[in-house]
Order: sequence, then C-alpha cells, then structure tokens
Amino acid sequence: MMTPDTEAGLAEMIKSAKGPLAIQGGGTRGIKPEGDVLSVGGLSGITLYEPGALTIVAQAGTPLSEIDAALAAENQRLAFEPMDHRTLLGMVGEPTLGGVIAANVSGPRRIQGGGARDYALGVRYVDGAGTIVKNGGRVMKNVTGYDLVKLMSGSFGTLGVLTEVSLKVLPTPETQGSLMLRGLDDVQAVRAMAAAMGSPFEVSGAAHCASIMDDGPVTVLRVEGFEASVAYRLDRLKELLSPIASEMIIADAVMTDWVWKSVRDAELWKDVPEDIWRVSCKPSDAPVLMASSGAVGWYFDWAGGLIWVRMPEGVDLRAKLGAFDGHATVVRASDRTRRALPVFHPEASGVARITAGLRAKFDPRGILNAGLMAGV
Amino acid sequence: MEMPIPDQAVLARKDRVVARLQSVLPTDAVIHEVSETRAYECDALTAYKCPPMVAVLPSTTQEVSDVLRICHEEGVPVVPRGSGTSLAGGALPTADCVILGVARMNDVLETDYDNRIIRVQTGRTNLSVTGAVEENGFFYAPDPSSQLACAIAGNIAMNSGGAHCLKYGVTTNNLLGVTMVMMDGEVVEIGGAHMDSGGLDLLGLVCGSEGQLGVITEATLRILAKPEGARPVLMGFDDSEVAGACVSDIIKAGVLPVAIEFMDRLCIETCENFAHAGYPMCEALLIVEVEGSEAEIDHQLSLIMEIARRHNPVELRESKSAEESALIWLGRKSAFGAIGQINDYMCLDGTIPVSSLPFVLRRIGEMSKEYGLQVGNVFHAGDGNMHPLILFDANKPGDLELCEAFGAEVLKLCVEAGGCLTGEHGVGIEKRDLMTYQYAPEDLEAQMAVKDVFDPQWLLNPAKVFPLAVSEPRRSVALAAE
Repeated sequence: MMTPDTEAGLAEMIKSAKGPLAIQGGGTRGIKPEGDVLSVGGLSGITLYEPGALTIVAQAGTPLSEIDAALAAENQRLAFEPMDHRTLLGMVGEPTLGGVIAANVSGPRRIQGGGARDYALGVRYVDGAGTIVKNGGRVMKNVTGYDLVKLMSGSFGTLGVLTEVSLKVLPTPETQGSLMLRGLDDVQAVRAMAAAMGSPFEVSGAAHCASIMDDGPVTVLRVEGFEASVAYRLDRLKELLSPIASEMIIADAVMTDWVWKSVRDAELWKDVPEDIWRVSCKPSDAPVLMASSGAVGWYFDWAGGLIWVRMPEGVDLRAKLGAFDGHATVVRASDRTRRALPVFHPEASGVARITAGLRAKFDPRGILNAGLMAGV
Repeated sequence: MEMPIPDQAVLARKDRVVARLQSVLPTDAVIHEVSETRAYECDALTAYKCPPMVAVLPSTTQEVSDVLRICHEEGVPVVPRGSGTSLAGGALPTADCVILGVARMNDVLETDYDNRIIRVQTGRTNLSVTGAVEENGFFYAPDPSSQLACAIAGNIAMNSGGAHCLKYGVTTNNLLGVTMVMMDGEVVEIGGAHMDSGGLDLLGLVCGSEGQLGVITEATLRILAKPEGARPVLMGFDDSEVAGACVSDIIKAGVLPVAIEFMDRLCIETCENFAHAGYPMCEALLIVEVEGSEAEIDHQLSLIMEIARRHNPVELRESKSAEESALIWLGRKSAFGAIGQINDYMCLDGTIPVSSLPFVLRRIGEMSKEYGLQVGNVFHAGDGNMHPLILFDANKPGDLELCEAFGAEVLKLCVEAGGCLTGEHGVGIEKRDLMTYQYAPEDLEAQMAVKDVFDPQWLLNPAKVFPLAVSEPRRSVALAAE
C-alpha cells in the first residue's frame, strides 16, 4: 500500500504509477477496485476552521470523527448527515472526509438541506496524470469558472484523488423531535410524507419502514430547531396528518437520535443474508416500484426518494424495475452478485459518452479506480 | 474589452446560414437584418456592444437542436441568451455569431406538489416560476435581484444566487434535472425528479458553465413550501466594520437567518429616496430576516437583536407589518436600479470569507480615495458575497477605464482575502482576464478540458470565462478545422 504524506508525494506516485491504482480513504465503504492501493490516510488534519464563516477546510484523509469533534466544540455540524457504512458492511476503520465527498455520502437530511455535494465549497485533487488542481474555494457563493467541485463530489476517485476539501457547515439546532405514525401502508405513508414535506414546518427527515419493526409499519418525521419551535411544529404536523394517520406519537430528542441513526445507516440489516440495494427515485414512484420488485424487504427515506432494498442474492433489481426516473446502486452483495451485476446503474448513451470523455481527459491512462462507475 | 476577430469566412456564409436556419424555424424566429439584430447587441453589461450576425428565437427543444446542428455544420459560434440580464457580459455577441435566445420557450411543463418539483422551459422568468406555484403555497427559492426579468436558462448558466440563499442555497442546490442540447444537436437528459446522481454529477458541472457546454431547454426545479411568515429587522450602525463584526457574531451564535443584507450610506440614501422604506440614515445598515411562525420569529429575532445591541446600533427596528417588510425588501432589491438612475456604475460581485468583511470594507474605502471614484456597498453579508458599486461618468474620457482598473483591484483583494472573483454574476467577459489571479494554469486547463469534451470545436460562447490568450490555442485549432 502506498501512503503518501504530502500532496506533492501523492502526485509523484500517480505520475510514476505503472498500473491501475485503487484509491482509498478510510476503506469503510466497500469500494474495492483493482490495482495497487493508494491510501490518502496520510494526508490528515484540519487546515482551517472559521465558525463565524461556517466553513471548514481539511485534508482529504482527515478522519470524519476528528471533523465532527472540532465542529461539535463550536456547536456546529456537517448538515448532510453522512451515512456510516461500517455497521451494514461489517467494516472496521475510520471514515475520512475525502471518502465522504468522493462518494457523495448523504443521509436523511438530504431531503431538506441537500447532499454532500451541496456543502462542498472547494477541492484540491491530483488528476490521473499527476497534476495538482484546485477548484472552488472556501466561500459559500462562488461561480468563478466551472464547478469541478460538484464533478469531483461523487466521482469515486475516478477523475482525480482528492487531497483537500472545504465545506460549508451549519449550526447544530438546540433540539429535535419526531412524529411517529403507525399503521400506514406504503402508499398512505408516501402521501403523508409528501404532505409533511409540503408543509411550512421544515421537516428534516421523512422515512417509512413497512416491515423492519416487529410491531408493524412506522412512518417517522423529524423536526429540528429551538425547543419551543420543535414542539410547535410537531403539534402542527400532527394536526395536518390526522386525516391520514390515526395513531401518532411524539418521540423525544434521544429517541429521535436513535431512530434516525438507524435509518441513516441501515444498521438493522447488518445480519440479513440478502443483497442490499439503494434506489434513488421520484418519491411518489416508490410504492409502485417496490410492488413489482421481488424484494424481500424495503424502507423509504427522503420521503420515498431513497429506497433501501433487500434483494434475494444475485437477483437483478434493475431488471425488475425496468425504466424509471432514477437509478439503483448495489451497496452490499455477495461476490457472485458483484461478478454478475455492475455496482452502478448503467447510463443512457448521451450521458455515458460525456462521462467517458471526462474520464479520458482527467485520467488519460485509465488508472484511477479503473472499472469503477461507468464510462470506461 | 478585447474580443476575438470575427471570422470572415463565417461572415461570408451569412446568407447560406440564414437560409438554412429559416428552413427549420418559423420566419419570424430568424432575425438577420442589421437594423433588427441590434436589439441583441448587449446584455446588462451595457458598456460593451456588438450586434450578432443572426439571432434566432426557437420555441422547442427540437428547434434548438436543429439550430445547433446547423451552426455546428457551418462552424458558426453560438451565444446562448436567456433574458439578457447578465451583468458580466455572458450574452455579449460577437459579430460572427448566432444569438440563440430562449425567450419564446416559457411554458410550465409540469407542476408536481407531491414531489415538490416544477418542470419548465428555460426561457421562463425566475419570478414567474414562483408565480406558477404560489397559489398552492410554494415558491422557487433562488431570488436574484433581477428575478422579474431574468430567465431560468441564465440562472442555470450562471448558477445564480440571491438574497435568501444563506438558507436555501443557490441555483445548483435547487436544480434536479435538465434537458440539454449539445453543440452538435444531440439532446441529452441529465438528472430528473430524483435527488442524487447515479454517475458523475454532470448536473452540477453544467450548472454555472455559462452556456459553454450546452443549451439547456428544460429544467426540473425544486420548489419549497412557503414559510408561515417572515420578518426583517433593520439595524443601523455608525461604522461599517462594526456592522461586519455583528454579521459574524450572528452567524456564530447558531441562529441562521434566511438573509443578512448590508448597505452603506450611499446605498441607504439612494434606496430610501427610491422606496421610502424608512431606512435609518447612518454608515451601515443590516437587513436581517428570519422565518417561521410568529412565536418562532419573535424568539429568533430576540436572540439576534440581543447580539446587535452589543454592537451599539444607532437604530434597531423590527418590521411592524407585511407592507413595511415589502418596502424594506423593495428598497434593497432596487439598489442597482436606484443607483443607476443617479449615476453610471459598475457592479462587482466578489465573495470573501465573512470574517474578512471589516478588513475588505476598509480597504475598499481607502482605494475609493486613491482612485477618486465613489463606491457604494450593497451585498449579501451572510455569505460574504459583496457588491461594491463603483460610480463613474461614462461621458468622461478615461473614467470607464479607471473604474475597471479599480474594480480589478477590488476583485484581486477579494481573492487575496481568501475569496473569489464572482459569487453569483458569473465571469462572462467582465472577469475573464482576472481568472489567472484565482486559478493557476493547470486549474484553468482542467476546466477547459471539460469544454473540450462537451464542445470540441469551441463554438458555444467561446470568448467567455477564460482569458482569450489562454483559450486561444483551442479556439484557433477549432477554426482551422472548419
């Protein structure tokens, strides 16, 4: 394994690489491309943190726990609530900032506040030729030139190796609470979540689990903010949804914390034997998509816009779903499934051509996480 | 401002190009008489003008595709145009180009409240997107000051912001999908009604690419439920730096207003004369707005006003009514227009870290004296997006050039302070030649490589964003390949 401790050293290693490189942050997300492992873990540390400007800059290999701790000390946080894959995938190790951005890892709050890519303000990276490039910066509004920050976010190391990331951070709200609705089927739940998201009460999480809990389906809506405001908004939501749901209870901050961590990390499925997929779709399509999916189980996040799916081993969920507005990604699967099915959803020809063109420009030798994603 | 020398070979083909365009568009959608093309000679950066060779006004994605295919085959540069409100010269034509205006494409294609999206043709104006959904309690969040006139196409091209993006983000954070026509006429769909990308984030790449990667004809936008209420508070200070420190303290305290706007004395006086919003006459004014229910607003404003009091404001006043709130915003949003009525000005758009506000404001004040040109400051303080307005006299020889030199110095100062050249207006031609202050050659090379992929012949809006000398090798290769 190569573990450079400077950006220049990393650039040199890429420049002189003779074959494919497998780019690794914390190695906790189950991404296993072919090639010599190039770890970014040696590039670690917070470069700059300005709470008054809501920005933090850190090297890509900085452990997420270090970032979280620094932010917590100032009562701030990463608002996109990145999922921790370790429980679901049975991985050990430390998730890194670079990994979170490279994989555009977002959690339940994506529905309200945006994903990882929405908070990335600037990047430094080394492309496939070993050239060091910077884009964006550390200010919240920046339209100076093309937005390669977005392009690098979610590119899984296929266009360049991130060395430094700057992020927008947000204040941590005073408290939180959840409204839990019982007994709704998928269609009713999606309708309830749409009503909640379409209300002015700033719902920051909307999930529905048909089958995970032993005591029947539960739909959860999260609200965050000042104490009195949270209580007020939960009451108003309850009022709003009373025509749809008969049984509703309010969960306190501690319970809310537990519920949303479970939703975020899909951790209740850590021991199930099936393949785990993640489907991104138009929220209202979710019930119909699942009805014909052949899945063993599923739950909705993002008001239905994100579906976590348990599929029988080796069964191609994409074939079951047919054409739809969105995509399906394999998150955890047996080796047999992985050999048979691509992790990422195949792209339409026009987009695939652009992707291939970009990869050829950014990584002319095709050595960065070769074989990962599309476009090769 | 230097522009590429028009391609004589293209100009010589004008009749053929016009005939081919007429074969795919209605007669009134191809404008080629010299007297009529003049209507497209500039955008809101009016200091620079150049009538295009032809202007076309397609009505459908298919027509846009036909136009681009023809221009591609004929080797004619294309400059896309929304409503022509760019302050950076993003839609400035060259004499050998076809202006592709999307103004006739302004339909709402779909509104879907359950999924909180609206799909529109991109010629639709920003404010009329909100107009289409507000009866049902929704709005489209990005709100540039030009929102009455500016088109979604231009908003996407420039990744426009607005006063309320401290909370709601800018265009790229509210865009879910696009239909885009490539320079060779191919139509591609990127994104959709779903929330994240299944592959590379091409949507994020295209947004803010200043019409250089493709022409976006349709867009799926995120719409949001309107808050129960909103209320601004006015804070007056006798020192700009103190106002800047107050902004930083508010943000640090954990209350996140939807907007924090700043105006200095020149802007306060001018806007007050225009809107009669009851602004206090002082050195610096902050408009801080929060949202929610009445009780939530009261609570947040009490925290914010407590912070403000520590900075000894000369005025601290909550809006008492919806009418008063509307007036307060009218004054702010009219700032550019109001100052335009009394003077020629150039509007800058640099962004800086909020912590650098006091320093940068002081330096701008000093530079104003050095250059002998007055400056008004009005800007989005919460996110550090400054809008210094440099006043000059267009009729006085040399004044525009002096003003531009001053502006360039201010933008360099923004970069030195850890910020950038442009926060929401775009590079266009205006900041093109300053790009080398923010980006090293390899940084620009990476961006230009993206354009190579989308538009290998560099025909789409080719003279923008990158310094001409930097993009010259690519543009001349493209020219030679004709």
